[in-house]
Amino acid sequence: MRVLPRIVPDGTNFPFFRYRHWAFAASVVVIVAAIVMMLVRGFNLGIDFAGGILLEVKTPGPARLAEMRTMLGGLGLGEVALQEAGSSDLVLIRVVRQPGDESAQQAAIEKIKQALEQGFGPGLDYRRAEFVGPKVGEELRRAGTLAVVIALVLVLVYLWFRFEWQFGVGAILACVHDVFAVLLVFTVSDLEFNLSSIAAILTVVGYSLNDTVVVFDRVRENLRRYKSLPIDQLIDKSVNETLARTVMTTATTFLALLALYLFGGPVIQGFTFAMLFGILVGTYSTTYIAAPVLYYLKLRPAALTAGESAPRPG
Amino acid sequence: MRIPAWKRWLVAVVCVVAVLALVPNFLSRETVDRLPDFLPKNHVVLGLDLQGGSQLLLEVDAKAVVRDRLEQLVGEVRAALRPAQIGYRGLGVQGEAVVLTLTDPSKLDQALAELAKINPLLPAAGFGAGSIRELVIEGQSDGRIRLALSERARDDRVSAAVTQSLEVVRRRIDELGTREASIQRQGVDRILVQVPGERNPEAIKRLLGKTARLTFHMVAMEVDPAEVRAGRGPAGVMLVESAERSGPREWVLYRQVELSGENLVDAQATFQNNEPVVSFRFDSQGARKFARITQENVGKLFAIVLDDKVISAPRIREPILGGSGIISGSFTTETANELAVLLRAGALPAPLTVIEERTVGPDLGADSIRAGVIASIVALVAVIVFMVLYYGLFGVIADLALLLNLVLIVAVMSLLGATLTLPGIAGIVLTMGMAVDSNVLIFERIHEEVRTGRTPLSALETGFDEALRTIVDANLTTLIAGAVLFQFGTGPIKGFAVTLVIGVITTMFTAVTVTRIMVAAWYWRARPAQLAV
Repeated sequence: MRVLPRIVPDGTNFPFFRYRHWAFAASVVVIVAAIVMMLVRGFNLGIDFAGGILLEVKTPGPARLAEMRTMLGGLGLGEVALQEAGSSDLVLIRVVRQPGDESAQQAAIEKIKQALEQGFGPGLDYRRAEFVGPKVGEELRRAGTLAVVIALVLVLVYLWFRFEWQFGVGAILACVHDVFAVLLVFTVSDLEFNLSSIAAILTVVGYSLNDTVVVFDRVRENLRRYKSLPIDQLIDKSVNETLARTVMTTATTFLALLALYLFGGPVIQGFTFAMLFGILVGTYSTTYIAAPVLYYLKLRPAALTAGESAPRPG
Repeated sequence: MRIPAWKRWLVAVVCVVAVLALVPNFLSRETVDRLPDFLPKNHVVLGLDLQGGSQLLLEVDAKAVVRDRLEQLVGEVRAALRPAQIGYRGLGVQGEAVVLTLTDPSKLDQALAELAKINPLLPAAGFGAGSIRELVIEGQSDGRIRLALSERARDDRVSAAVTQSLEVVRRRIDELGTREASIQRQGVDRILVQVPGERNPEAIKRLLGKTARLTFHMVAMEVDPAEVRAGRGPAGVMLVESAERSGPREWVLYRQVELSGENLVDAQATFQNNEPVVSFRFDSQGARKFARITQENVGKLFAIVLDDKVISAPRIREPILGGSGIISGSFTTETANELAVLLRAGALPAPLTVIEERTVGPDLGADSIRAGVIASIVALVAVIVFMVLYYGLFGVIADLALLLNLVLIVAVMSLLGATLTLPGIAGIVLTMGMAVDSNVLIFERIHEEVRTGRTPLSALETGFDEALRTIVDANLTTLIAGAVLFQFGTGPIKGFAVTLVIGVITTMFTAVTVTRIMVAAWYWRARPAQLAV
């Protein structure tokens, strides 16, 4: 009845664990790179966090971007960024936060709208107008960071409660790795970092945990079943046993997100791109961060682990 | 693989309810209203990013609330110290406190005792809070006294101001004739206004940007404005700017408020001598006062002050006994209308500032809906085809569970009247990918059990039971992330959290019940000798 062959053949026994040092090195590079990039280059902060003004305008004909740029640049509002938004008659206008309080921002919006109307006639259509005051921007930034941290702590507590503490630590370290990896993508690319980015990160955290828990669940089961199997072999066994499921789920989720990325429109493209990347990282981190942590945190006494020639029952 | 009857009934009932809950989404409002009452009538609400609309986050100026109270307090302090014949100087508002200095520092205790009389206990909030007073009064030995609002009093006042503002904002927006506006309190001192379909938020912003505090004062005609400007004017008068284009630029008015907007019962924009004016009517108390004032002050100027600006200062020609009057200023039809709306809706207790604005035009909203629908369909088809190709019959079962899952998500959202946003659509698409995960876990587990040599029946039972634990653990962690997102997110992000959380819950439900029932039904009918999962 099956049309496609099984993606993962039965009884695979790929020695994932053997390559952990390489993987660790790669993970460390990613995290260090993320931190360095954050410090050196920073994010392309959207107005959610930086505060400022964003307008999306539809012009009657193809937009005269250069002309618009000169005109708006001459308003004395600081940096004004113009960008085509999807098609030639759509323009995205971003203006940095104005010095002064909220009313200064409002005044700036008025100024831009007036200038646009004078220069380009009444046929303009404002498809989107957003303004985030400096106060709100700062609050959103704080709330966003807090959300990620709280989610991680709650999960740590849950896993501690359901498994053993080593599992909690392993899962959290894997998540932290994933968060940094996604942050790296944001700093390297020009993707705007905004509220949806926080949502994307939390979704990646959720997905990564989902994946980690499935493998951990198998590790826990195998711990009971194979009382004397060394932990490194046990981890390899568990990862291999769940490999078919991991690949299938990642494939279907990736497929669904890819559709969203390709057809979901420009508003959520950044958001889905971060998630596409994130689920791949989340899958990787289960095998190469979460699972090895169990080994290093001595989930099973060292004496057993050392015994390479221990019998392999089952 | 025997499914207890109650479980089958449960699933059947859930399916029926879900389908019923979906119905209102496809019917017009009139049809829904005609449905019998036992049927669900809620439907999924489209977020502002999909249907277009404006969202404004307003902040009540807490400082202004406190300042108002302190200015009032200055008068109370004066009234408290006068009968006790305690001399002082420098009485006034300084920062967030009222300060004064006693001319005779030895009278400090006496002064503090007098001031204690105007410092009431606040009504108790909860247990043991009954000992908090409104003011914190500090006296120094050199005769300086400082009166500040206690934290509780400050919070109470700001909170009351927000509650009152909420009412006024609602009335003003209702006056605009905008339907389905949502006005909610957010945090301590904020108000979130969401107006669907509004193309031009400027009108709303202009309307909400005015405090609309209307007061009537007598004009101090005998005082020279230059004297007041130089700080040499008599006590009890103030200099107020004029909003009129003609006439004097500033007026000297008595501070005493003769009448205020609170006494108004109606205001309408009309015409007088072909000029737009605003007519108003006082309530009975206001009308009596108005009659007395106009009787006593014939020939004098009476100033109408709106938000610290004199909009008109007509001469009282004759007593006005009917309790109604007319404000004529430099109005256009539009501004006269606006003023009438503002007066009808009442004054805000404190100014409001727009601190966040998000407006999406209906075109962009429609584009987003189209993009979201296309992406969802493509994702759905891709996942469905992939599952069938990979798992065969079991794939079909998983796909049926997935479709039911989608129905359930929309049904739950309808019943809750939840808001669907563009990120919310993304949440649903993501759920599609993850919903099959539960089935994949089950199928792969069954596959493993078959390989260990179990009979088909035993493999199915063990597969479902063992996979269940993993499914719950794995989904609960996603649920935690989703719940946090819901708690901290705003607007569209909250919409994403809503669909994600609902999706996770329905996924768990369908995986443990529906898939199992379908697989069991197939098993008892086909009785396969071996399983090809």
